[in-house]
Amino acid sequence: MKQADYASFVEPDRVRKEVYTDAQIFEREMERIHETVWIYCGHESQIPKAGDYYAVQIGRQPMILVRGKDKKVHVLYNRCPHRGNMIVGDRKGNTGEQFRCSYHAWTFHHDGKLKNIPMMESGYAGTRLNKDSPELCLKRAARVESYRGFVFASLAEKGPSLKEYLGKAIVAFDDMCDRAPEGEVEVVPNCFRVIQHSNWKLFMENQIDALHPSVTHQSTGRAAHEVEKILARKAKAGEALSYHMLSAFATVTIDKWDNFQTINYPHGHCILTGYMGLRPQDPDTLAYDKVMIKAYGKKRFEEIVGVNIHHVLVYPGLSVQSPLQQLRAVRPLGVDRTLTEIWHFRLKGAPEPIYRRSLAYYNLVNSPATLINADDLENFWKCHQGLSSEGGDWVSFARHHGHDIEKDGTVESAPNMGTSEAPMRNQMKAWAEFMR
Amino acid sequence: MKAQQEVEQFLYRQAELLDTKQWQKWIDLFAADGIYWMPPDASYKTWDGQPAIFAEDKNLMTVRMLRVLHPDAWSQRPLWGTNHVVSNVVIRKIAGNGDVEVGSRFHMMELRRDDVRHFAGSYFHVLKKSKSGYRIKLQRVDMTNAQAAYDYVLQVWV
Repeated sequence: MKQADYASFVEPDRVRKEVYTDAQIFEREMERIHETVWIYCGHESQIPKAGDYYAVQIGRQPMILVRGKDKKVHVLYNRCPHRGNMIVGDRKGNTGEQFRCSYHAWTFHHDGKLKNIPMMESGYAGTRLNKDSPELCLKRAARVESYRGFVFASLAEKGPSLKEYLGKAIVAFDDMCDRAPEGEVEVVPNCFRVIQHSNWKLFMENQIDALHPSVTHQSTGRAAHEVEKILARKAKAGEALSYHMLSAFATVTIDKWDNFQTINYPHGHCILTGYMGLRPQDPDTLAYDKVMIKAYGKKRFEEIVGVNIHHVLVYPGLSVQSPLQQLRAVRPLGVDRTLTEIWHFRLKGAPEPIYRRSLAYYNLVNSPATLINADDLENFWKCHQGLSSEGGDWVSFARHHGHDIEKDGTVESAPNMGTSEAPMRNQMKAWAEFMR
Repeated sequence: MKAQQEVEQFLYRQAELLDTKQWQKWIDLFAADGIYWMPPDASYKTWDGQPAIFAEDKNLMTVRMLRVLHPDAWSQRPLWGTNHVVSNVVIRKIAGNGDVEVGSRFHMMELRRDDVRHFAGSYFHVLKKSKSGYRIKLQRVDMTNAQAAYDYVLQVWV
């Protein structure tokens, strides 16, 4: 295929299947989208000390997120300017005073500036290289910005600022941090990493597909509900264990998911409203409420816990469940392979049981032994296989099309049409603009 | 040596029940307060209040079992099976009442659809002696590949 007009692959309510399966389109996506826009690198609390680093993938580029001696966070290409060796081979660690290449011992400061080359004077006299040559530094990401501890990088010199790019989707980070009495969150070490055998876009579409849970996850929903019933028979009144976060997939029937709502923003971002546990009244929550009211005052507290969010999607590769402090970063590995890194956070200053609520969700839903995503991953694989076939040319996003309510640049699904495929239409609209 | 043999037979039976998908019989090997735990990293000292790949009591084990037995557990539809080999069984501690702490190593080959995966690591079992044989108080599973990216996920216990 020569440089096709990829934007023409996207129609308002459907897209060509090649968008998911064509390797050339994937390369162009990496160039135009992932290696251009703001991509999430990590949280500042991952790298508290000078020299702490994490390897991170931005599009096809191996990068290093590192804390400098000046406390600044830097994002560098993981490539020695000498012969191209990767500078760090580990996923994380502390590099000490400097980066030192394992091939010929070139050393670099945390900000990427050249520190020393062995035999610089004798070896490079009269060559095109000298100590001040800019090409002797580790190349830096063009732009790095942090918002409330969440670090993003853009590999493009020009473009909107992080805040401009996030737009209203910035609520993902505000909602998560505001729920902490100290207004900050802290990462819990060791993310879970799961690979799916499909194109990355299937993940982003599924995250905000309010129709799929009661179909895809019904086995787990029903199983959890069965065990809840057994426990309720055994327990004293009010003491029965609940697996609400699992059983909801069966007890909330298809029609009820329409009560949710999606709000879609420019650049492909989206919010799914309706939080399952909205305002629980158990003793742990009430104790947390007290701490929060003390920190913020009654009025501000009500505003904070009143934020009605289930999920925020930051296009192209971030899914944030702020009320449960979960974050999934999508790293495309190839047209048919995608890695997700799954993190969770502690609300600073919140009582321990509130952390445990987040942890329970993290372990049950997001661990590599997940009771939920196993069936999503199975669907992703099946989708990718089917889309790779000659059995059809289009993917349909027509559900509730024509009913979306557009105002001031945002697109809302109509009332009682929460299962609208508006988020997919919005993502593909942004995709077409990036790929033009 | 009697305890050594009893413990070995018990661990082999545990693995055999997994490989033959006799989930309820496998769950029955656990004591009423038994825990199945797979930490994300060997440095973890407790399952309680920390991230875990698995941290399941018998109730959660039952949820997982009912899930995989449900006809619409889509990820169960492709053919899959496992083969465990358990070895290097070393009793670390025997109490006066016969309770034991035992370490061992395992290797599990899994076939799922046409894909083969290998998982290997160590078991640490705390076994309570009862009239009807051992019951598992704790089964800790430290996988050598715990920190590697999971190509797909784990469906059931290892």
